[in-house]
Amino acid sequence: MDFLNALVAFSNFVLVPATAYGAQLALGALGVTLIYGILRFSNFAHGDTMAFGAMVTILVTWWFQSMGLHLGVLPTALLALPFGIAGTALLLLGTDRIIYAFYREQRAKPVVLVIVSMGIMFMMNGLVRFIIGADDQRFADGERFIITARDFKAWSGLREGLAIKTSQGITVVTAILVVALLFWFLNRTRTGKSMRAYSDNEDLALLSGINPERVVMITWILVAALATVAGVLYGLDKSFKPFTYFQLLLPIFASAIVGGLGNPLGAIVGGFVIAFSEVTVTYAWKKVLVYMMPDNLEPSGLVQLLSTDYKFAVSFVILVIVLLFRPTGIFAGRVG
Amino acid sequence: MSTPVKNTLLFVVVLGLILASGFYRSPNVALGILNMGLISAIMAMGVNMQWGYAGLFNIGIMGFVALGGLAAVLVGMDPVPEAFAAGGPRVALALFVGGLIIGGAVIVWKRMPRGSGRSLIMLALLVAGFFVYRGIFDPAVQAIEKVNPAGTGYLGGLGLPVILAWPVGGLMAAGAAWLIGKTALGLRSDYLAIATLGIAEIIIAVLKNEEWLSRGVKNVNGIPRPVAYEIDLQGDPAFVDRVTSWGLDPVTASSLYVKLSYAALFLVVLLIVLWLAQKALNSPWGRMMRAIRDNEVAAEAMGKDVTARHLQIFILGSAVCGLAGAMMTSLDGLLTPGTYQPLRFTFLIWVMVIVGGSGNNFGAILGGFLIWFLWVEVEPLGRLLMDLITSGMADGYWLKDHLLESAAHMRLLTMGLVLVLVLRFSPRGLIPEK
Repeated sequence: MDFLNALVAFSNFVLVPATAYGAQLALGALGVTLIYGILRFSNFAHGDTMAFGAMVTILVTWWFQSMGLHLGVLPTALLALPFGIAGTALLLLGTDRIIYAFYREQRAKPVVLVIVSMGIMFMMNGLVRFIIGADDQRFADGERFIITARDFKAWSGLREGLAIKTSQGITVVTAILVVALLFWFLNRTRTGKSMRAYSDNEDLALLSGINPERVVMITWILVAALATVAGVLYGLDKSFKPFTYFQLLLPIFASAIVGGLGNPLGAIVGGFVIAFSEVTVTYAWKKVLVYMMPDNLEPSGLVQLLSTDYKFAVSFVILVIVLLFRPTGIFAGRVG
Repeated sequence: MSTPVKNTLLFVVVLGLILASGFYRSPNVALGILNMGLISAIMAMGVNMQWGYAGLFNIGIMGFVALGGLAAVLVGMDPVPEAFAAGGPRVALALFVGGLIIGGAVIVWKRMPRGSGRSLIMLALLVAGFFVYRGIFDPAVQAIEKVNPAGTGYLGGLGLPVILAWPVGGLMAAGAAWLIGKTALGLRSDYLAIATLGIAEIIIAVLKNEEWLSRGVKNVNGIPRPVAYEIDLQGDPAFVDRVTSWGLDPVTASSLYVKLSYAALFLVVLLIVLWLAQKALNSPWGRMMRAIRDNEVAAEAMGKDVTARHLQIFILGSAVCGLAGAMMTSLDGLLTPGTYQPLRFTFLIWVMVIVGGSGNNFGAILGGFLIWFLWVEVEPLGRLLMDLITSGMADGYWLKDHLLESAAHMRLLTMGLVLVLVLRFSPRGLIPEK
């Protein structure tokens, strides 16, 4: 029995990566849930919006890097982030003006908007591939680790090391900042309150003089910011590849639905539920168990419940379980 | 212009486009487009049943198509007796035990009184069952995959004529659709969409990882064909004599012959599916479906079992997609799980249905041909366009290289644009529902 080593191994391979991944999913799911709450449709282009935001940020990062502009230990991408958000906001406001506004005026059924968002998804996907290509892009710079496994071992004298990547630290800090800002905005400012009012009851909100176009515009800008931040953080932490962002759609939607579609708090909880289940189910537990069990009971196999390729299955199964037993999500989301 | 004339004209135009590609590219290309167009048209009909007749939003088409492809392997390939002896019965036992466990959990949930005891027992049963299942399953799989991993390493198929795989593919897709429909239908449409998106990814993950079943990313090559082989034709003196008397090169002629035989087979399937789909659409059952689609509450008030009808059409539409998937894999002659991508196999089919005209089978077929033609032709056209744009730029200029390189990604952009334009200006599609 070696409880400390087990704990460190657990933190290193499950706790830290899952926390970072959960924060990324939560940010993505917040965007989906905001669009659902205000514009009342599931936006299938969200993964590609994230890719677009990340792409703009990457291009600006490269430009900064070529000019010799750096943030020291932090990745330069953080400096480029506002530009990415601005670019994405412009794109989203443009698509809204040219495409979505027409259907809003027609009061089209939500499913029509979903199909429209499929078309936008194609176009954004094509645009991103057209501009930056379909391959992996690296844009992280600065210090790679906050704590390396070797330093941690030397410091603690344990056999297991704990490594925390800079990108993971930044992800968590940024996510907390962004979420705090978002909730402050939604709960404390006049505009935020009008958004919530619009989401709760559109007709009443209109009667009390809320300008719907303004609410929609602010929503798209918020979504652009959330999507870009999520996309850049994911890209820093893993790598940027347009197709991976498209595939994030499933865990992101699962997070939003599990938490309760249209409920921002639920989106965050959902993100962490999905991330932690994905990582725990696909992690090979042998290392942790070896420390925890008496010698004669040590597991012989990897004790991996599912191979990592089945991570989609995990978000899916959780989604189905929640839908079967609590169709409105953990926090009652908007139904109907 | 009357509607039938307009519709016939649309078909003539699209088929003319495909024919034209035979002249300015090669007959082989045109026949290739025609064959995949036929398959796409069948897939589009399957989606049209779900969306056009019943308003079900299924974005897991890729999964059903891939299941059809798996059927082609499981039916058409020769069995691997050594692998079967090594682990076949044990895998079957493991799957049986797995089924029993899930069935047991369902019974516990349904029969026991509500409360935390029920949840705990069900959870314990599932967790314990999972380890029992893996205990039987894992060694069996290892044994199978150890048998000649470079050549086989999987159980193989039944060694039956591959054409049987087409209906089997439909049946397998129907089975999967039943499972997913049972859980996700009756919930909101967005939820069904996400659930189907998920099941498709899972099916692909299974095909990629379960090497004992599908060889995974090692792919299955040489799936037998329902038609003649080029090599045999070229070795057949009668065939060679005949085509040389027509002034054709035997090699080209043999490949054209093979493609034409596929086209004939696919056309027969297409016509059968179309006939059935039209019959169903114009029957009382079809009218009931559309009534449910247009107003679920009213239909329910008239005593229609909405959930059961939805399940029914969900299974039927998915079966058609599975059928088309099996046909596609037997056309390719190989199963490559890595090539199944949602943009190509799910969302492109949706573009076909929407552009062609949802709710109308002829529209779906037209959309299948037209969009497939565009999908193939946009890439060379994009390159032409880029050549034109960049012709004024100096060689080696970065923008020129980038633009030429990126021309390949034009097709996604174009498909999105076509979809958005059709939804905006002609939301009912080229051949609208009557």
